[in-house]
Amino acid sequence: MGNVESINSPNSILVVGGGISGITAAVEAAEVGYEVILIEKSPYLGGRVARMNHYFPKLCAPYCGLEINFRRIKTNPRIKVFTLAEIENISGKEGDYDVTVKLTPRMVNDNCTACGKCVEVCPVERLNDLNYGMDKTKAIYAPNPLSFPTNYVIDTEVCPGAECSKCVPVCPYEAIDLSMTAESVHMKVGSVVMATGWKPYDATKLDNLGYGKYPNVITNVMMERMAATDGPTQGKIVRPSDGKEVKSIAFVQCAGSRDVNHLPYCSAVCCLGSLKQVTYIQEKNPDAKVFLFYIDIRATGYLEDFYRKVQGYENLSLIKGKVAKIKEDPQTKDLIVEAEDVAQGKKVSEPVEMVVLATGLVPSIADTKIAADITYDDYGFIASQPPGIYAAGCSKRPADVSNSVMDATGAALKAIQSIVAGGQNG
Amino acid sequence: MDKKLGVYICGGCSIGDSLDLDKLSEVATKEYKVEICKTHPFLCGKEGAQLIAKDIEDGVNTVVIAACSPRAQQEIFSYDPGVVLERVNLREHVVWSHTPQDEDTQMLAEDYLRMGIAKAQKVLPAEPYQETIDKTILVVGGGISGMTSALEAAKAGYEVCLVEKSPSLGGWMSKLYKQYPKHPPYQQLEDTGIEAKIKEVEGNPRIKVFTGAEIEKTTGAPGMFDVLVRQNGSQTSLRIGSIIQATGFRPYEANKLDHLGFGKYPDVITNFQMEELARQGKIKRPSDGKEVESVAFIQCAGQRDENHLPYCSSFCCLTSLKQALYVTEQNTDASVYVVYKDIRTPAQYEDFYKRVQEEQAVFFTKGEVQGISEGGGCLTVEVEDTLLGEKIGINADLVVLAVGIVPNSMPEEAKKATAEAESSEEKCEGAAERAPDSGFYAAPALQLKYRQGPELPTLKYGFPDSHFICFPYETRRTGIYSTGCVRQPEDSATSIDDATGAALKAIQCVEQSSKGMALHPRAWDQTYPDLFMQRCTQCKRCTEECPFGMYDEDEKFNPLPNPTRCRRCAICMGSCPERIISFKDYSVDIISSMLKAVEVPEEDEEKPRVIAFLCENDAYPALDVAGINRLTYNPYVRVIPVRCLGSMNIVWIADSLSKGIDGILMIGCNYGDDYQCHFIKGSELANYRMEKVQETLQRLVLESERIEVWQLSISEYDKLPKIFDDFLETIERVGPNPYKDF
Repeated sequence: MGNVESINSPNSILVVGGGISGITAAVEAAEVGYEVILIEKSPYLGGRVARMNHYFPKLCAPYCGLEINFRRIKTNPRIKVFTLAEIENISGKEGDYDVTVKLTPRMVNDNCTACGKCVEVCPVERLNDLNYGMDKTKAIYAPNPLSFPTNYVIDTEVCPGAECSKCVPVCPYEAIDLSMTAESVHMKVGSVVMATGWKPYDATKLDNLGYGKYPNVITNVMMERMAATDGPTQGKIVRPSDGKEVKSIAFVQCAGSRDVNHLPYCSAVCCLGSLKQVTYIQEKNPDAKVFLFYIDIRATGYLEDFYRKVQGYENLSLIKGKVAKIKEDPQTKDLIVEAEDVAQGKKVSEPVEMVVLATGLVPSIADTKIAADITYDDYGFIASQPPGIYAAGCSKRPADVSNSVMDATGAALKAIQSIVAGGQNG
Repeated sequence: MDKKLGVYICGGCSIGDSLDLDKLSEVATKEYKVEICKTHPFLCGKEGAQLIAKDIEDGVNTVVIAACSPRAQQEIFSYDPGVVLERVNLREHVVWSHTPQDEDTQMLAEDYLRMGIAKAQKVLPAEPYQETIDKTILVVGGGISGMTSALEAAKAGYEVCLVEKSPSLGGWMSKLYKQYPKHPPYQQLEDTGIEAKIKEVEGNPRIKVFTGAEIEKTTGAPGMFDVLVRQNGSQTSLRIGSIIQATGFRPYEANKLDHLGFGKYPDVITNFQMEELARQGKIKRPSDGKEVESVAFIQCAGQRDENHLPYCSSFCCLTSLKQALYVTEQNTDASVYVVYKDIRTPAQYEDFYKRVQEEQAVFFTKGEVQGISEGGGCLTVEVEDTLLGEKIGINADLVVLAVGIVPNSMPEEAKKATAEAESSEEKCEGAAERAPDSGFYAAPALQLKYRQGPELPTLKYGFPDSHFICFPYETRRTGIYSTGCVRQPEDSATSIDDATGAALKAIQCVEQSSKGMALHPRAWDQTYPDLFMQRCTQCKRCTEECPFGMYDEDEKFNPLPNPTRCRRCAICMGSCPERIISFKDYSVDIISSMLKAVEVPEEDEEKPRVIAFLCENDAYPALDVAGINRLTYNPYVRVIPVRCLGSMNIVWIADSLSKGIDGILMIGCNYGDDYQCHFIKGSELANYRMEKVQETLQRLVLESERIEVWQLSISEYDKLPKIFDDFLETIERVGPNPYKDF
């Protein structure tokens, strides 16, 4: 493993995670005047929100705000961004952290102009993780036309490497370097913001709900990609089994959340997320019947307005009741949603063409707990940290975008305080 | 500034294959007599970048780069602030979206280069606005939010003044008996810890506390606010850098809830009164002092009800769960009933809900309260149980109404009619945020002496919230940030996070201002509006239309700019009929020069020309994406990015039409209730102004179809080619601009 460089800047802030929380913490701190290093595991910034079609409640495009934030990053020399970067080791204390960051090779250097010539010749395909595996890209790909950085990237898991090399000679700019190896960067920083975000709960664990077994049971995050113009279906809401436009659909709330066998906590965003997705159906498949099964609708604050607005959609039936089981008609691939309708005091059995599971949020950091003096709650969210390390956004609790941004802005200030104090907060 | 231009044309990414670069270079060398014009096959590579750097060293001070979108390779093509840079988008907007080696594609590229050179000739380097900036942070409101903001700013090394209206700090938190659990495992009630917090604030040498004090007057601008504070009959004048408004909430008036028996039965109380009872020891009912054995909590007592508070107050479910434990912990024989619509305990608070559900004496009923009556020594709550579908009666010693919150920023609605009549706001009805801004306030907090009113503008329920999801601290009064429950209903844990974030924004404001830099969303911008006052006609458009209240007015209605309030949207530049407002790099004249640079073919050539003004944050990147996806569209359109569609000056329409341009497209962000314009109302104002222009067109016997205004989000790149192509069809139908041959 090579050692590209070392950064010795004890007055700088390391932000771990380049989703909306991490971007916010980085930009806000840099605009106060501090040096910031932002590291992100994936090849692009934006995290989960870059994979959303709309935000609730305004139904606006996440890339609108990301574009502004990317411009703030690009025009601010105080922010240094590393993608494909993960913390390997962290030691020290407030004001004086030693961090080793591991860089996975991109195989594409900064000569890349994103012209796309390489893609034309690449013979290998991969499942597109950005679209939750619903379509494919070539082994060399650009995550999204609006993503930052814009450089292409090679998926080394599928790329045959030197033995193929078809892309190398077609690149006019010598941007592809298949000999790149993993490297590490050593840095000294004053404080750390942990904005490691979330991932969807593994829906295959909900065996009564049929995900993974029945093709027409999808999850809420997949629905976001399906509704997006640049998604796997170009914005059409269709059944995975046969590509047919959906005429009836059920949303299953608390798919894992508020369930002691899965995620005992509430994931805080799935109610609004599903209500938002109801508007996708309303816009794209206006004749479709929509059923939404819920325990409580949690639209706090003035998000209640949005709930009220969606309730006015005449094709929507809101049913208070937990879904017990989803069955499939093997012939038609239609689904039967069985639930207890507590309002009617009876069992209901609703046939639909597609089901969306409102799966909950799991903290990403839960399985890669970083070796620092951080404590986690029973669910893997950060519960407490030593002075000098600050959790932001969904690394400490499920939260929507607005609350995550608020929280990340606060975390940026805490990180600044650690530098101002010169390690005297502890 | 003595301009020395260098034009650099890139041949990479198919540009060289699609265009005749020699012919393109002649635009610079022959038409514009530019001495330095170089082409390079890979301009963003090391060699290309060095080529430009070398010329700058040798005296080039204005660089025109004709290559990819200005959004690409920004780090490579960035120079000292003294060097003017103009990017010409030949890649995404020309060769990736039009037929290669085609006459119309070549003409498009040549026009873009002309426009780029014309602009570069006029743009001057920014001269940052430099004033002595005071960095003291003023916090208004001494509840948990205000105290948190004050402490967090002080811990970062800033001086803070904290002004609280009541005689002591602490706010609503100091009136609580306990708080619901804020820490894992979320099982036990916790002390509020408010006393320690108050001591910490009072003991912090950087925080100057004014209790029993109110703000009498605020004048000035970020970095130089003058704030007059009245305390005990005396006045103190403070120099302030930025302001945090944390003035909190008041409980909804329970008197309005007579259908729930409040005011009629003494044993019907509010959740706030319940805290008082719990603090006194044993919870006894007010009517006769009997220790309560049964308590009914009514959730959403006014909330989620369009006749009272249409919104949810966020923390009342948690408060009632907590108060249920007050009862059961005191008296193990007592019963508690909670009547609710939805129990809202987001995130890990669910653990606490579960813990209360496990209490055998606490019963939850989803239902609507039909009425409350008294008899037999207790109250009876009649509930339509929506789960069982039947009416039930709950007998209780005490009924607690979980009332919601009203922000203290709530304007008084009664005086609205008279207050708004003369303002420009009536011109653009429909925007959510200004509906109830009457200009009169029961609890004024800031007393701003601003042209546009004394307090922060509010959203429809009276909250001065940002209305942006990605930017919750966006504010319509630069350097003044609202936080806590005055901004949105939120629980105290969220308020603490929120108040910390607000403290950062307040600090950021003074730091950016001290460098002469703008604040979000144009944080990199060091230009600011310059007014050529000799030609001002005191029409007041700029002072009325600035979304951020940047301008004050003197007694003769002259605009008085406050550059540190400015967000550089240039909406004032768009509003000015005399065209006297300019930025060094963005002015009516600069854009007019670009328009004049477009070559308009004679009518018989049958090559119409259309100018499209695109919002640079959304529509412009969307057109880049169209190019990246190789979507093709009509080559007769010439795109000009604008800071905001609201910065469009009507004279650009006149300039275009008089030059023979056949049509004008304007593409900005969505407006209305869910507005997405990052300058709040720029796109809405643009639309309003264009309605007026279309009337003028009709008077000039020019077809109104020649101007179209569109709302487009950044993700709707797929719609742009159709918008362009359809518009050209319209233009073909209405025929060439009759002024073409003049």
